[in-house]
Amino acid sequence: MSEPRVLVIGGGLAGLAATMRLAELGIGVDLVSLVPVKRSHSVCAQGGINSVNAMTRQQGDSEWKHFDDTVYGGDFLQHQPPVKEMTEWAPKIVDLLDRLGVPFNRTPEGHRDQRRFGGTLYKRTAFAGATTGQQLLYALDEQVRRWEVEGKVKKWEFWDFLEPVLDSSGRCRGAVCQDMVTMAFRTFAADATIIATGGCGLVYGRSTMSMVCTGSAASRAYQAGARYGNGEFIQVHPTAIPGADKLRLMSESARGEGGRVWVPRTPHDARDPRDIAEVDRYYFLEDRYPKYGNLVPRDIATREIFDICTTDGLSVEKDRLCVYLDLTHIPRETLDRKLGGILEIYEKFQGVDPRAVPMKIFPAVHYSMGGLWVDYQKNAAGGLEEGSPRNQQTNIPALYAIGECDYQYHGANRLGANSLLSCIFSGLFCASGVVASAHGSRKLAAEESTNLFAAAMRRQESRHESLLARRVGTENPYQLHLELGNLMTRVATVVRRNEQLTAAYAEVCTLEDRWKRCALSDSGNWTNQNVVFTKALGDMFPIAKLILKGALEREECRGAHYKPALAMPGIAATDLAGQYHEAQEWCDRFEQNTKRWLKSTIASHGADGDPQIVFEDVDTSLLPPRPRLYGLIGGELIEEVWKERQKKAALNGSGSAAGTAQTAAVAGPSA
Amino acid sequence: MIRAVEPSAGPNSSAASASAQPVAQRLIRVRVLRQDAPGQESYWERHAVPYELNMNVISILQRIAANAKSQDGRPVAPVAWDCNCLEEVCGSCTMLVNGRTRMACTALVDKLMEDNPEEIELRPMSKFPVVRDLVVDRRRLFRSLERVEAWMPIDGSYDQGAGPRISPESQEDAYPLSTCISCGCCLEACPQFTKIELVRHEDETVADFEKRRRSAFDRGFIGAHAISQAMLFNSHPTGQLIADQRLQAITAQGGIQMCGNAQNCVAVCPKSIPLTRSIARAGRAATVWAIKKLFDR
Repeated sequence: MSEPRVLVIGGGLAGLAATMRLAELGIGVDLVSLVPVKRSHSVCAQGGINSVNAMTRQQGDSEWKHFDDTVYGGDFLQHQPPVKEMTEWAPKIVDLLDRLGVPFNRTPEGHRDQRRFGGTLYKRTAFAGATTGQQLLYALDEQVRRWEVEGKVKKWEFWDFLEPVLDSSGRCRGAVCQDMVTMAFRTFAADATIIATGGCGLVYGRSTMSMVCTGSAASRAYQAGARYGNGEFIQVHPTAIPGADKLRLMSESARGEGGRVWVPRTPHDARDPRDIAEVDRYYFLEDRYPKYGNLVPRDIATREIFDICTTDGLSVEKDRLCVYLDLTHIPRETLDRKLGGILEIYEKFQGVDPRAVPMKIFPAVHYSMGGLWVDYQKNAAGGLEEGSPRNQQTNIPALYAIGECDYQYHGANRLGANSLLSCIFSGLFCASGVVASAHGSRKLAAEESTNLFAAAMRRQESRHESLLARRVGTENPYQLHLELGNLMTRVATVVRRNEQLTAAYAEVCTLEDRWKRCALSDSGNWTNQNVVFTKALGDMFPIAKLILKGALEREECRGAHYKPALAMPGIAATDLAGQYHEAQEWCDRFEQNTKRWLKSTIASHGADGDPQIVFEDVDTSLLPPRPRLYGLIGGELIEEVWKERQKKAALNGSGSAAGTAQTAAVAGPSA
Repeated sequence: MIRAVEPSAGPNSSAASASAQPVAQRLIRVRVLRQDAPGQESYWERHAVPYELNMNVISILQRIAANAKSQDGRPVAPVAWDCNCLEEVCGSCTMLVNGRTRMACTALVDKLMEDNPEEIELRPMSKFPVVRDLVVDRRRLFRSLERVEAWMPIDGSYDQGAGPRISPESQEDAYPLSTCISCGCCLEACPQFTKIELVRHEDETVADFEKRRRSAFDRGFIGAHAISQAMLFNSHPTGQLIADQRLQAITAQGGIQMCGNAQNCVAVCPKSIPLTRSIARAGRAATVWAIKKLFDR
């Protein structure tokens, strides 16, 4: 045993991309997953993957614009160097996927076809029908299978990651995992460990996420000392199909291909939607956002749909909140060719043909922008230094996080078709640094004292046994999960209010306490899904707490995080001078807010179990923050004023816009 | 049979039903074929689950897990089953629902009730070894993908520019084959695909056992899913580079010659993949390849 090994937890796009690249770099990989990796949640991604391409380039697009759109869409909350690097890699990544045989849709001439997604004006998104995530995952799964046959990769499917093993210096030396079939424990000695376990949708009960997306792996790393960033930023997807067991995604591509969102102007109009005349329909997104129309960024679409139902009372149904997403004006053949997969989902689960009848949809929890804090090393060009062991490393040395479970790429809001990109990019890109780290320790993990691993294993065994012994508890873990999900969905999704967040935090503490009195209905030691679920549930509470506390402490609106009391409305004045004055005030407030709140929320697990939160500066060295004005009333004037101030700031040589508010205000309107 | 009872009288009433309407609640009768572990006897167990709107078989199993009692109110271990995405795209939740192999997530209760209002019957797949209850071991299915080298033989993952240009017609031909979710429905329905279940000998190491199992898998029928994947890769300009190896694999022991043309596979495929077309193509390609090999000698 003289070769380092790497342990990868999670076999979705990020985990498989990392595994493939590591194997190619000659490193042996143990790949641990709750499900056969081909069944990972990445299969659910529908829409596509973004990159600049030959066509958009000729329309004025560039990597820089993709970078700008991503940062602007994310409300500037991301550190910019990793995003820059990602968008520069994007064309290469899509080319690689093309070579891997992903059946991307084609133009008549045989090039990859592209569609437009939210938050951009270019057709940047390559897609394979409406099952792009599935196709991408399969392409990587196939390559990893090839490496498995070569003997470079060993898969451990139906295994649960329980805790990272840290040595006395705090360096990660592997992990304790459990076989979910035999319930046997095993320690994995690893010179680097990568967590690639996706999002935490199950903290919200029902979401668009798969049943494995409990967030438990990230939570276990967090409880072992890893920091967690921007937890309160949870993307609620504007369009999902409400269901009893889960909420099923209706891809943004439905709008990308021309789908129109509307409600009847008469509340709960009982007519068949097809019989409702155009004049009786309210296309509220097109009306309120003429530039982007139905393709406004997700947080805005979500809030508008939520609002039209709650505030305006225009929900299609009386007892259930929903709006119409209408594709019926598009020819059937086009729909089948471009959206076949997602339309089948609707038809299969609702029993209604969306080609003939408008779909009923409502927002649902969809993506965790936040996740484990990870480091990076910046290069001279403002991107990342390839091969640095710091890239994607958590604050625990030799413990890495990639994909949805890191916090790094999407800031306060993720743009559609950027997630597949960030997963594959972080997986591929981190590999060389991980190899450097694995080679960098003085002693191989496999040669570490067996006491280190044995102690961690004993800890997990005793946790397991004490759970199994609980035959006579008073609480039902599934009931607690239902309560947690309802609570989190109510207070920590589209609209956040401090009094609710405070109360919810106390309730989560109570739920966590009740969890300790859970009774297990299965005390066996063979394929015991009951105990696996109960453990995962127990690990949801620390995540729920850091989401709530982060949301509570962040006193502003940014991207997916929206507090009505702190919203900055558009311009109300009707006269020019008044409007100008308001625009100036708006910019002043924006600057103050940026200064105070353009910070990453960083949570550490406190000794008492409560998250300790600090706010850290964001690297905005490449793009100075500017107001995110999609559709704001008076947005154009604010933008104009903002640019004017920036110009003056540059002339005054202050270098930053922050100090110039007064100068600009004094200068006044030239009109 | 759907029976009306007061929610509080039902064995499955839980704290959650406090908010339910005071009207009588319908119960769905479910019969599950259970098995505690490999090698053990299977047994039937009856459950009754309160009816809800838009239920599927997954939500029935979720309710059983949350309230693990048999129909007569006796506490039992919850039924084990596989699932993940609940959108019929991960391939996890294959089982026999009312005798038919299908994905549990798209088995809608209202539709099942139309067919058989008496009860819903759930059984594990019969062609794979049972792990527990409705969970089966489908490693053989993935082994078949290795046998046919279902991957692109690329040089490596470093940037080499775009892939080959592909006509929209070729893409539209390949795409359906690429939506195979490895659920195993086609194998369950296939008369030629028979169960391989081995037990580890007492004196056998894990590695030796795995080797023996693999060689048993490799003698068994490869299955429609793998033949279709071989055709998918052989139709791609890069995949074609090792087309002969795939044809070799699908004509070796356990290969396409075992197919009895029952056409059950295509009938049960939840993704409507044209499996019989792939098999026909594979048959023709194998014949041409065999003749070519004869002349190349």
